[in-house]
Amino acid sequence: MAAPTLEFERPIVDLERQIDELRRLAGDRDLDVAAELAPLEQKLKELRIAIYRDLTPLQRVQVARNAKRPFTLDYIRLAFSDFVELHGDRAFREDAAIVGGWARLEGETVMVIGHQRGRDTKENIKRNFGMPHPEGYRKALRLMKLAERFQVPVITLIDTPGAWAGLGAEERGQSEAIARNLFEMSQLQVPILATVIGEGGSGGALALGVADRVFMFENAVYSVITIEGCAAILWKDGKSVEMRDKAASALRITAHDLFDLRVIDEIIPEPVGGAHSDHDATATALKETLVRHLDELKKLKPERLVRKRREKFMHMGQFIE
Amino acid sequence: MAWFRKEKKPPQPPRQRLEIPRDTWEKCEACGHTDIRDKFLRNFNVCPECDYHRRMRAHDYAGMLLDEGSVLEVGVELRSTDPLGFPDYPGRLKRALANAGDSDAILTVSGTLESLPVGLGIMDFAFMGGSMGSVVGEKIARLGQRCLERKHPLVIISASGGARMQEGVLSLMQMAKAAAVLSQLAERRIPYISVLTNPTTGGVSASYAMLGDAILAEPGAVIGFAGPRVIKQTLGQDLPEGFQTAEFLLDKGMVDRVVHRKELRSMLSRLMRHMTGRPASAGYTEA
Ligand SMILES: [Zn+2]
Repeated sequence: MAAPTLEFERPIVDLERQIDELRRLAGDRDLDVAAELAPLEQKLKELRIAIYRDLTPLQRVQVARNAKRPFTLDYIRLAFSDFVELHGDRAFREDAAIVGGWARLEGETVMVIGHQRGRDTKENIKRNFGMPHPEGYRKALRLMKLAERFQVPVITLIDTPGAWAGLGAEERGQSEAIARNLFEMSQLQVPILATVIGEGGSGGALALGVADRVFMFENAVYSVITIEGCAAILWKDGKSVEMRDKAASALRITAHDLFDLRVIDEIIPEPVGGAHSDHDATATALKETLVRHLDELKKLKPERLVRKRREKFMHMGQFIE
Repeated sequence: MAWFRKEKKPPQPPRQRLEIPRDTWEKCEACGHTDIRDKFLRNFNVCPECDYHRRMRAHDYAGMLLDEGSVLEVGVELRSTDPLGFPDYPGRLKRALANAGDSDAILTVSGTLESLPVGLGIMDFAFMGGSMGSVVGEKIARLGQRCLERKHPLVIISASGGARMQEGVLSLMQMAKAAAVLSQLAERRIPYISVLTNPTTGGVSASYAMLGDAILAEPGAVIGFAGPRVIKQTLGQDLPEGFQTAEFLLDKGMVDRVVHRKELRSMLSRLMRHMTGRPASAGYTEA
């Protein structure tokens, strides 16, 4: 994991290093340092709580994009079992920016689909930084229709800066691919649960996000445009910390913002110190949330399920009349 | 096409309109041809010299497409608000209301087109670049609902740079909202025709604009998910000639037809008749 340390996490990392050093010394010389370690570990815990309690929206963007965070395949490994990945859109090619396939959640078969980012350069080239081409969205739709045919719930994990903007993506109908997913997801006859696990970037995120329940991890963000894009358009400066900070606050992109705007149903808490500090606990929290909601949704008849899903999205927005 | 009467006046909505005198001089943006505004309007706002399809206001489209006296505006009372407390959004809204009228970025009407009842939504680029916020989504939802109840076909003419950033994720959700409406029309076999005009990009293109049972595009219109500038940036080089134009999309299989504005009304009528089991128009003869 070559991910750089987040600036505001520097005090945590320094203290962690100090504790590790003390442990190493103790191990080498067979000393008992428990008495010295205890206060340091307590201090570390308090530091994590203090820093993570007051994250600014811009800091949350940094946490959401952190390469040490669990990605879709990590969740599949930790919260699901018996995963059989399926490939290709059957029309043009395989797109590794989206992964999906059959898996089990507490023994029950589900279709799990998510954006997949990479941790290093090589992986990121393969995954295109989690930015799908149209064929990625078409693969996702193919898998959703497959799940519908076999009456299996669909679970999506959202983690993308956005849909890819390039020549091939445009030629093959990026707009149509995203639009088609929105359309088909609003009439799919099986439960759909969507979770924003990291960055939910614009239409490229929403193309996996039309669901009966939408969740966000505590430090995830979900936005109509990247903060850099917003700042560049409105204030002609998408690079400076000041303008990115302004955009991150103005766009209201944190989990709490989206909950207040009634766009998401629940916030999944992360371990103190963020999802990247404890993958296992984070995956367990996801699993618990999914199982609980799936139990409710499984009781609904398909017609009712679809009607309620449509109503949910038909009610979104604020206006005066 | 004798049945096509182009001297139709724009419909008068039940409130004050912002009128520009018809004898004002205007200039074609493409070739520089100068003429009085009336001459352009009579030619569907297409340049008589070079055929460039100039941008047209929503009310002018309604006047061009719908039968005189049939027009009823839907969702007139809806106004944008500032749900996020976004910097300068109230000010921009106020300016847009003053300069572009109070229909927000879409005018939604019901009326008849060649005597066929239809719900018609027309986006207006003059209002904040045709950006889609909560009001645009709600107007489409209400118009769609009306079409569902009455079994009337729906037509949406798009002109938009995408979602309205100032309404944040709520504007993003309007894409899903519109798709949810359209899936209900599809379920009940009610036709929906999408017309793409210059420009149709971003969130609008990735939602209702690309979901038509028929998708028509005006000649030369720029259509795409990412705007040309964004792609140029990721690509680091100039875009190929004609990239993302209506003709390019036709070639790539993304739209059904490129339709000249003067043919738009007859084309919509023919498509609606085919899709609702009606006989061909009395005035229609094989060309
Ligand atoms: Zn001209």
